[in-house]
Amino acid sequence: MIPLRLPRIRRGALYVWRRNILVWRKLLVPAILMNFGEPVIYLLGLGFGLGHFVGEMAGLPYLTFVATGIIASSSMTTASFEGMYSVFTRMVPQKTYEAILATPLEVDDIMAGEMLWCANKALFSGSAILLVATLLGVVHDWHALLVLPVVFLIGLCFAGPALIMSALAGSYDFFSYYFVLVVTPMFILCGVFYPVDTLPETMHGLVQLLPLTHGVYLTRGLVAGTELAHPWLDVAVLLGFALVSYVIAVALVRRKLLV
Amino acid sequence: MQPAVDLQPAQPLISARGLTKSFDGRTAVDGIEFDIQAGQCFGFLGPNGAGKTTTLRMTMGLTPVSGGTLSVFGLPVQEHASAIRARTGIVPQAENLDPDFTVQENLQIYASFFGLPRTAVANRIDALLDFVSLTDRRHSRPDALSGGMQRRLTIARALINDPELVVLDEPTTGLDPQARHVIWGRLNELKNSGKTLLLTTHYMEEAERLCDELVIMDHGRILAQGAPRDLVSHYVEPEVIEVRGAPDDIEALASAAGCRLERMGSSLYCYTHRPAELTGQLKDRPRLRYIHRPTGLEDVFLRLTGRELRD
Repeated sequence: MIPLRLPRIRRGALYVWRRNILVWRKLLVPAILMNFGEPVIYLLGLGFGLGHFVGEMAGLPYLTFVATGIIASSSMTTASFEGMYSVFTRMVPQKTYEAILATPLEVDDIMAGEMLWCANKALFSGSAILLVATLLGVVHDWHALLVLPVVFLIGLCFAGPALIMSALAGSYDFFSYYFVLVVTPMFILCGVFYPVDTLPETMHGLVQLLPLTHGVYLTRGLVAGTELAHPWLDVAVLLGFALVSYVIAVALVRRKLLV
Repeated sequence: MQPAVDLQPAQPLISARGLTKSFDGRTAVDGIEFDIQAGQCFGFLGPNGAGKTTTLRMTMGLTPVSGGTLSVFGLPVQEHASAIRARTGIVPQAENLDPDFTVQENLQIYASFFGLPRTAVANRIDALLDFVSLTDRRHSRPDALSGGMQRRLTIARALINDPELVVLDEPTTGLDPQARHVIWGRLNELKNSGKTLLLTTHYMEEAERLCDELVIMDHGRILAQGAPRDLVSHYVEPEVIEVRGAPDDIEALASAAGCRLERMGSSLYCYTHRPAELTGQLKDRPRLRYIHRPTGLEDVFLRLTGRELRD
């Protein structure tokens, strides 16, 4: 049996993160275009298109409302994609982890490094949206910069579950379930496009359990300058998901690779 | 056995006692014992599924041990796997070079996993590329290299941390004869430079050429252990006459000539101390094809592991 040992976070995580950023740098131009392309379409399409009919939502211009939500949801999707498709590629067909495990690094380091990298990609994507939103006049004041660490935290929070899915997956097809059953419902339900309190009352409890809800509270408050009701609770929820999912991911990947 | 703390001169580099590994009730390694001395080339020879790779993975802490004790560099493997791997170079069975990086970058990235800074390994990378004759391919991607070149790059990668111990899992499987000879040459150089080599193989020639000592494994057990030459003299007669497509009467003839017989496929193997008795009679039959040769590791291997087909 593999000893049930809590993962350790060591320097090795940075080596794994560094490997990934060096690969990313090789495809810099398409990567950056991707970061800008999708959010610009969302912001322009929904903010102006739908915003024309909606006008204001919860006291904010609709473009502002959507833009501040998209920052959170795009961090979620970016980290989830990286943590599933790319991590699975490195874990299974490419055998990158097998190569890394022949060095002093351990599964703990690889998973921590991958989570950092997923959060890093979420940060790239969040920064791109913040820049576009600033140009569109959405940003309230310099406090908006505080959204960057929050975006990183949202990335960590969704990277962990994505790594768990990679550890459980037999093939890429498996990830469709996670997107359909987890990512898309959060995208729709967690307050990106409308305030969560407009949902039927029976759903309020459920929605509060979903981490994206707390991500959106934070990004909207910080960028639009609206009041944050319980920022530390929101941070704690995101951090809690990140830590628990990290521990589970390490245990599952140890079981999968150390055989 | 007392757990030793200090690495004394006489202490083996790797030591296993009652080493066992089972997967879901199936025993892959069944209580094996071995000692590997520093500076040796030690081989695990066995058919597919014998438990060679599993043994290798256990010594590197890449799969948990089910039972017994196992120490490398005098350290128990389970608790010190990371420290042990820091002093070891590992060449895996299947290539796992990083396809996103060039040859040189593969070595740089790998060095970084050992915590070696790029400036500190720049010279070392030049020397390693020279050692494996890949200097002119340093900017190629791995998928642009031939199988032999990829193997050489993997060996260079395993040497990036200047390891005391190099572990190779079937280092030349799938390579053409030229590429195999190049690898053997490099491994001999490593051995001469004082590194300890640990390898698995199912090629007799490879084991005979490289190994100072080897174990023959099958079904998770060690069947025999010793220097290749000693194994041959201990387990089989000095010479063998291999008769191809042997007609039935040859068996009787060979038996009468005092040979020990083994049949494999359509060939008859006649092991003997006095070959002249049989060859004298075979010479009279010009249509018969036979080979008379000294016995080797292959004969030991076939004798010990049987001749049935393996998957």
